[in-house]
Parts: sequence; C-alpha cells; structure tokens
Amino acid sequence: MDMKDAEFIDKKEEFTISVYTENQVGLLNRIAIIFSRRKINIESLNVSPSEIQHIHRFNIVVNETPDTVRKVARQIEKQIEVLKVYFNTNDDIIWQEMALYKVPTDVIAEKVYVERLLRENGARAVVIRKDYTVFETTGHREETDKLIEVLQPYGLIEFVRSARVAIIKNSQGFNEKLREFEREEPGQDVVELEHSDTKKDVFTM
Amino acid sequence: MELSIEETISPAAPKELKTVSGSVALLEGLITEGTEVVFGYPGGAIMPIYDALYDFKERLQHILVRHEQGATHAAQGFARSSGKVGVVFATSGPGATNLVTGLADAQIDSTPLVCITGQVFSHLLGTDAFQETDVINITTPVTKWNYQVTDANEIPAILAKAFYIAKSGRPGPVLIDITKDAQIQKIEYGGYTPCNHIRSYRPKPNIRMEYIEQAAALINAAKKPFILFGQGVLLGSAEKEFQAFVEKSGIPAAWTILGAGAIPSDHPQNMGMLGMHGNYGPNVQTNSCDVLIAIGMRFDDRVTGRLDKYATQAKVVHLDIDPAEIDKNVKADVPVWGDCKDTLPLLTALIEERTHADWLAEFKVFEKIEQEQLIQKELEPESGELTMGEVIHQLNQLTKGEAIIVSDVGQHQMVACRYAKLNHTRSNVTSGGLGTMGFGLPAAIGAKFGRPDRTVVAVIGDGGFQMTLQELGTIMQSGVDVKIMILNNQFLGMVRQWQQLFNEKRYSFVDITSPDFIKLAESYYIAGKKVTAREELIPALTQMLEHKGSFVLEVMVEKELNVFPMVPQGCSVSEIRLK
Repeated sequence: MDMKDAEFIDKKEEFTISVYTENQVGLLNRIAIIFSRRKINIESLNVSPSEIQHIHRFNIVVNETPDTVRKVARQIEKQIEVLKVYFNTNDDIIWQEMALYKVPTDVIAEKVYVERLLRENGARAVVIRKDYTVFETTGHREETDKLIEVLQPYGLIEFVRSARVAIIKNSQGFNEKLREFEREEPGQDVVELEHSDTKKDVFTM
Repeated sequence: MELSIEETISPAAPKELKTVSGSVALLEGLITEGTEVVFGYPGGAIMPIYDALYDFKERLQHILVRHEQGATHAAQGFARSSGKVGVVFATSGPGATNLVTGLADAQIDSTPLVCITGQVFSHLLGTDAFQETDVINITTPVTKWNYQVTDANEIPAILAKAFYIAKSGRPGPVLIDITKDAQIQKIEYGGYTPCNHIRSYRPKPNIRMEYIEQAAALINAAKKPFILFGQGVLLGSAEKEFQAFVEKSGIPAAWTILGAGAIPSDHPQNMGMLGMHGNYGPNVQTNSCDVLIAIGMRFDDRVTGRLDKYATQAKVVHLDIDPAEIDKNVKADVPVWGDCKDTLPLLTALIEERTHADWLAEFKVFEKIEQEQLIQKELEPESGELTMGEVIHQLNQLTKGEAIIVSDVGQHQMVACRYAKLNHTRSNVTSGGLGTMGFGLPAAIGAKFGRPDRTVVAVIGDGGFQMTLQELGTIMQSGVDVKIMILNNQFLGMVRQWQQLFNEKRYSFVDITSPDFIKLAESYYIAGKKVTAREELIPALTQMLEHKGSFVLEVMVEKELNVFPMVPQGCSVSEIRLK
C-alpha cells in the first residue's frame, strides 16, 4: 500500500508488526509499554527465536491507523536491543494461527460424520485417547473460529489458539541485514524504519 | 544474554588479570570513562560499592546529596553545563524510586546520565525482601536503557555499554541495577574497554544526500524562511556549524527553551524564544513563513500550540538525529536524518548566501511592539513593586551574559529564559519537557561542578525552592559556590495565572507561605539577603555575585504579575496575546 495516501485515511486496520531483537530479559516489557502508554490493545503477540541464532522475532498484531502504527514502529526500533521493525497490512503477508480442539473420543467414534467434518476443515488428530481426542488445525482466524462452531454441539471440552505467525511476502529475510548491522558503519539500507512496499517491490520509507 | 553482550562489545585486548570485587571493577570503569564526580546517597544494598569508594576518595569525588532526587538533578545540571555524562549512586528500594523523577526529566530532555543502584542479593529477588523494588521495571519507561547485573563478570562490559548508550545518538539516562552479591563477588578483572558499537543500536541515522539537496532547494527558493532550533544543536556540539548556517543563509532564527544559547542572545539573527511564553514575532511569523527549518527540536505542544493551525502554510524541513521525531507531531516535507553536526555543514555548502533584509525587518516590527507594550514595563518599571523581569535584567547588566542561568519551573522560569542574556552555549539549565519543580537548586549544584570556572546563578520560585531545599545541606557540606535567587511572589504563580485567566480568579490552593529563607540559609551557614525595594536590588545582586561562596538572595516581587506574551492552551501560535 502507498503510505502517503494512507495517511489521509484515518481508518484503523489490522497491521502485523515484525520485530527482530536481541534475546534480552525485560525487552518484552519495553516493547509492550510502547503500546500500553498509547492505550493500544495488542490483539496477538508471538515471540520466538528467529532463523538466526540469538535473534528473536516478535509478531505483534494491532488494529490501528497507518500513521499510528508507523509512529509506534519507530518507537520500537528506537529501543537499544531492537535490530529492525517492519509493519505490514494483511495484504503484505502470509499468516497463520494454530488451534487445538479437545473433544470426547466416544462422540468421534459414535458419530462418523463428526470426524468427516473435522477432516473437511483440515483438522488432524494429534492425540487419540480413550476419553478424549485432540485435533489440530492451522489457518486464518475465521477458519479456526468456524471449527469451534462446528464442534460446540458435540461437546468441545477445551480449545486453545496460538498467536499469529506471519511471513512478509517480499522480504529477503534477515541474514543479509544482520551482516550489515554487525559492521561498525552500516550501509544505507539498514538505517531508517522500513515499510515493505509491495508495489515497488523495494523497501522505502 | 551473555552471548549478545559478547557479540555487541568489541573484545578487549588481552590484559593482565587481577582479582577484584565487582564494586572495584565498577569504580575502575567509572574512572576510565573520565568520571570526576558522583552524586549519591548510600544505603544497605549499595554498601559494598560505598565500601570500595572509601579507597577511591582521591580519584573520584563523591557529593553526598540530601535526597536521591537531588542526585539526579545535580547530575543533570552537571551534564547540561559540561556536556559530560552525569553519574548517580543510590541504594535499592526507596533510594532507587527517588530517582524516578530525575530519570523522567533526563529522558524527556535527552540528558546523558548513568545511574547505579544497589539491589538486594540475587537469591532474594522477587521475595519482597527488605528494600526490594522492581527497579528495572519501574524505570523502563523513563530510561534510554537499563540492565540488572547479577554476575560481577558482566560489570565492565555493561558499564561500558551504559556510557556509550547514555552519551551517543540522542543522549538519555541509563540505569544499572547491581545486586549486592555481584558487588561483593570477586572476578578476574582484565581492565576496562570502552564500548563504541552495539549491533542493534544505531545512534546516528545515515545521512541521505537527496534530503540535503531537497532541503537546500527549498531554502534557496524560499522568500520567508524561518529557523527553529532546539537542544539538538547543543547536544551535537554543533554551535559553530549552526552559526555558519544561520549567517550564510541570512535566515531569522528562534529557539526552544532548551536551545537557548546555541547562538548568543544578541546575535542579529536571533529572534528570541518560541512557544507559549515566547516572543511575539517568532510565534506570529511561524504562521506566515514559507519554509520552516526545524533543527534538533521536537515540536513540543508548548512550542506548537494548536497543531492543526501550526505553520500549515509552510514547507517543513526537519533535521533530527532521532528518526522517531520525524513526523511525530509535525509532518516533515523534507526529513534530514542525522547528527546536525554532520548535516548542517552539508546543507550550508549547498545554500546560497542571502540577507533576507525585508523579512528580518518584519520581525523587527513585532519586536518593537513587544518591546513597547510589554518588555519595557517589565524590565525597567519606574514605580510599583519589583518585577521578576527587572531582577533578570539587572542580573544581565552585572554578569554581562557570562553566567550559567539555572531555573526551576514556573513563572520565574519563563521570565528567566525570556530575558537572560546568554553569551555562551550550555548556559541555560532548566527542566523543559517534564517541568519539574524542585529541579533548580540541585541542578545548580551540579552545573557548578560541571563548570567550576563559571558563575552559576539559580533562579527559583518560592514554591519550587521548598520542594528540594534540603539540598542547601549539600551546598553546606560540599562548599560549592552557587548564587541562589528566590523570586518570591508568595504564590504558586503560574497556576495562579491560569486560575486568574481561565478559572475566573478562583485561586485554588496556590497561596503558599514560606519560611524565612534567609534564616534558613543562615542555619546552613550560607550567607543571604532579602530585598523588598527597588533601590536595594542592584547593591544586593552585586553583593551576591561578589560574595565568596554560596549566597541566597530572596527578592520579594509583585504578587499577581502575569507572564506575557502567552499562547493560551488550544490556541494557534499566531493568536499569541500580549496581555
């Protein structure tokens, strides 16, 4: 999307903010308070090691205006242990959430169509015990939500969903960038906060 | 964690190892960083460091404050007057929580501090031990960086990182919390290596020539360009580069209160102060200029007034070292990323030499109006009670603009900043962003330690003085020479002014009584004098300035005088009122 136009639309939308950081105690709090100070709710938060050893990746989902997201992203990038921040709309990314559903095994055994329903929704049995079975499915929010509705009448015992993980469509990954950071005088392209511009297929401001 | 530290700090050259405690390693590190003075207060959890300090007395001066807040403000005053990093020691729990106001002040005013707090033994963390507070989390929003040390082996590298972070890029306060066991722990110490690179931290954004070129093109085409400058010029030690830019461009320039003194007060292109109580011309002309060049300033709401009516007609060129400041409050047409010490010479080289005589003359018209309707009466009143303005005016006459002026917060601060004559940079020390009452007295102490060669005059109100007056004890014990002027209007004047103007004179709890300040000073063995009449003012100021050692001068000023001009809250800068 074109940020220049977006600024004039004071409309909130879903943004995924990807943050590459050092693995540092307390950094989660430093990042979280940037949102809470501005009374922005974090819809989803995932923190885990990235493809590079000792570097972690945060995926933060918020519902905000592009202008606010850019300001917040710059504040995050300002933190000492943060290497890089990207922010993207849902069009810019491939994203998934994983969900687990625990249902009574006897229901599955008695009613064959329940299992068929599950399979139709892309669910896979992870654990089958005498008393309960755990199914797993991965998808967008609406997909995992749909399965809750399907299973609710058949005695859904427990449900859990992971935070969002996302891949930026036109990202070249972080390995190259990290090498730049490690130089005493990093090159041009690591300097400013970037928004991935799908139209131009380059990183711009 | 240990991995990222190793990776981010250049490895030390192999040195001979010696066995020392974490505390000794810390003090050795401070000395290697060039620390001359520490402002602090001991307590249980920082005792091992103070014990080690006993043997460092000759190499490291320690100033015992009377409250930890005073230590942070003193360190701020030190940093602001000297350009060096201010260092603070405090104990855990209440000692550390008392630092919070000073940290917040230093954070918003970009002042480099390194604060060391003691912490309970690491095995007691999270047990609600005696004097345990979660200092790291309390101070996270008010520090540029903070870190808890539980292993003494980390101390040299963490301290090096702390100094590097505090002073590089956009400076700010850093806090290191060291558990008592880490202070005691013996380590094999191989010396101290200063830090100059952290891979995840880029203090200066790279300069983009295309922005410099775009900025120069805008400036060269401008008919009515206007420069706004802030503390960034001072923090970047770019005063010379800035003056060269101002003089070649011929553009009128005005300052935020933290930018005061970047060029001398009487420079012909210095148009005065911006903002709520700034000068008439600079505020009005903000809304009639065609290109606004903001240098090292952050468009605080006290500077911009109503944002949607702020310089909407102008193209904005914003020079800043902190990319997060670009477009934060005012959208920049040209963002000139980088340290202004580097970007200003590049820009100066590309601009044409101009004089802008007609445009400067327009400012002079406003200046004349302000002078006649307001300044004249305030600085040289012929009758009535003493005004704050004339006290500063007479002080200027005597110091000739050579003193460092430290102010507290309120009406006297606005008057001091508006009228103080400053010949030199780093001569105006005040709490700008946070507006911390009680800042003045301890900051003046620190400012004098930072610049012992200069006269330091603190201008403080009767309210603010009573917030940190215990620091008179610090003055007494350290023998530091600061001149303290209490401008006493027997009110919390700024709030009273607002209540008069906007709350129908409903004076709600702004009537403040004071002790006998001169007797108070006397009880601390500090000389003093009280002035109530005009004819006493000059002799008393002379006595204060000539006195060897600290001096408290209390001046009784008009009770209900308002600070004008004023941009009322919610109004545009061009709606500035002269009365």
